[in-house]
Amino acid sequence: MDGGATLTTMTASLIRAVDPAFLGIVLISLKVTLTAVGCAGLVGFPLGAALALGRFPGRSLLIVVTNAFMGLPPVVAGLAVFLLLSRSGPFGGLGLLFTPGAMMVAQFVLVLPIIVALTRQTIEDLWLEYRDQLTSMGADRLRAIPTLLWDARFSLVTTLLAGLGRASAEVGAILIVGGNIAGFTRTMTTAIALETSKGDLPLALGLGAVLMSLTFAINGLAYAVSRLGARYAG
Amino acid sequence: MRETTSILPLTLADVTWAVDGRTLLTVAAAEIHKGRRTVVLGPNGAGKTLFLKLCHGLIRPTAGRVAFSGSGGDARAPKRHAMVFQKPVMLRRSVQGNLRHALGLAGVGFFDRRRQVPAILAEFGLAELAGRPARVLSGGEQQRLAIARAAAVRPELLFLDEPASALDPTATRQIEELLLRLHGEGLTWVMTTHDLAQARRLADDVLFFHGGRLLEAAPAATFFTAPRTEEARAFLESRLFW
Ligand SMILES: Nc1ncnc2c1ncn2[C@@H]1O[C@H](COP(=O)(O)OP(=O)(O)O)[C@@H](O)[C@H]1O
Ligand SMILES: [Mg+2]
Repeated sequence: MDGGATLTTMTASLIRAVDPAFLGIVLISLKVTLTAVGCAGLVGFPLGAALALGRFPGRSLLIVVTNAFMGLPPVVAGLAVFLLLSRSGPFGGLGLLFTPGAMMVAQFVLVLPIIVALTRQTIEDLWLEYRDQLTSMGADRLRAIPTLLWDARFSLVTTLLAGLGRASAEVGAILIVGGNIAGFTRTMTTAIALETSKGDLPLALGLGAVLMSLTFAINGLAYAVSRLGARYAG
Repeated sequence: MRETTSILPLTLADVTWAVDGRTLLTVAAAEIHKGRRTVVLGPNGAGKTLFLKLCHGLIRPTAGRVAFSGSGGDARAPKRHAMVFQKPVMLRRSVQGNLRHALGLAGVGFFDRRRQVPAILAEFGLAELAGRPARVLSGGEQQRLAIARAAAVRPELLFLDEPASALDPTATRQIEELLLRLHGEGLTWVMTTHDLAQARRLADDVLFFHGGRLLEAAPAATFFTAPRTEEARAFLESRLFW
């Protein structure tokens, strides 16, 4: 038996020994965070680019607001989403509160400003460099957006990873709108926050280890992408 | 077949370009003629780049008229002139990605792009480099790609801003040969240079700039043998003050 297999077996038995619900918690966390960050990217990239190239009244204000929202406290975001989704709120009819969907919305709200703000900065810098060239080749500002987004792809992946870092680490927002319901809305961070005090230390430690590994993986990936980007950027 | 009417001659009349009330370029009258190799000559800071940008439409004249003939005057018609910048921006893509994108922006469809790119790569000696990231190419290779990318859309007129100023003598000769070949195939071009020897090698017509003014516009033979202004005489004798 080689080392890798041994390690895998050990980890697997450890997980089973710690808590049968362990894997479920990890999967829910990943599903919520990846969906939220994915959607934030789909919306945030074009929005950030539009903010970079657009010329409309209120643009400066919008940029300041977006930048400010990067530092939005997760509990405040959670509270806002809670009010919107609560039964008497405007979107109460969707019945999303205390579901994974609500957590996705909350993390989407948290991550979107980061992606919009970082994308705007990246695309604006790139536009300075590309402007004359693209204009000469026949692109107007609108047509330049997809070109710029593609040429900024390595920076934008890093932006996405920054969003992933924020979303996977936060607990305040998803705790408020998700409720830490076992097997349904219990995630790594909410479990650690609430189960530690109830004495389930092994679960908390195991989840903490997974979270740390995830953080390392995200940063490793970010580094690899920036290296790849440097190759194309010359 | 796609040749309709020519956009040439290009005519400039009483053109000025000013920033904050400071006039940086003055062109009383100039014409770019079809089939003529026009060299825009002058020392650094003379206004050569500004002149190209004005002609290409990247900046608008503060006063005066920059007018193409025929459909060239129609802003809605596809642009029939292209430009190679002094520092061409290589897109963060492969060599063929750069060509495809230029064709795409010029309105060439997806399948036509796929079909045309290999021929363009071969034509400009870039076939070996097709998959290479454009930004890691050497200076000479980048310049060749920049010219290929601009010529790929089959413009009638090509502006080139100091296309060889950053190149070694071998790469410079390659670029000059390329430009002569393109001219032989019917492309009209206008290039700037501060290199007198290069101007002598390439020019049919000379536009001589100094201090932000077009001082002389003449056939090369006339300009080099009988310059009319003191500035041009000084430049030709390489004793020009800035
Ligand atoms: N956007 C601008 N704003 C202010 N000054 C400019 C601008 N562009 C060019 N200039 C000035 O105009 C002069 C002519 O510039 P340029 O056409 O680039 O010269 P050349 O290409 O002949 O070396 C220079 O003195 C330059 O500093
Ligand atoms: Mg110049």
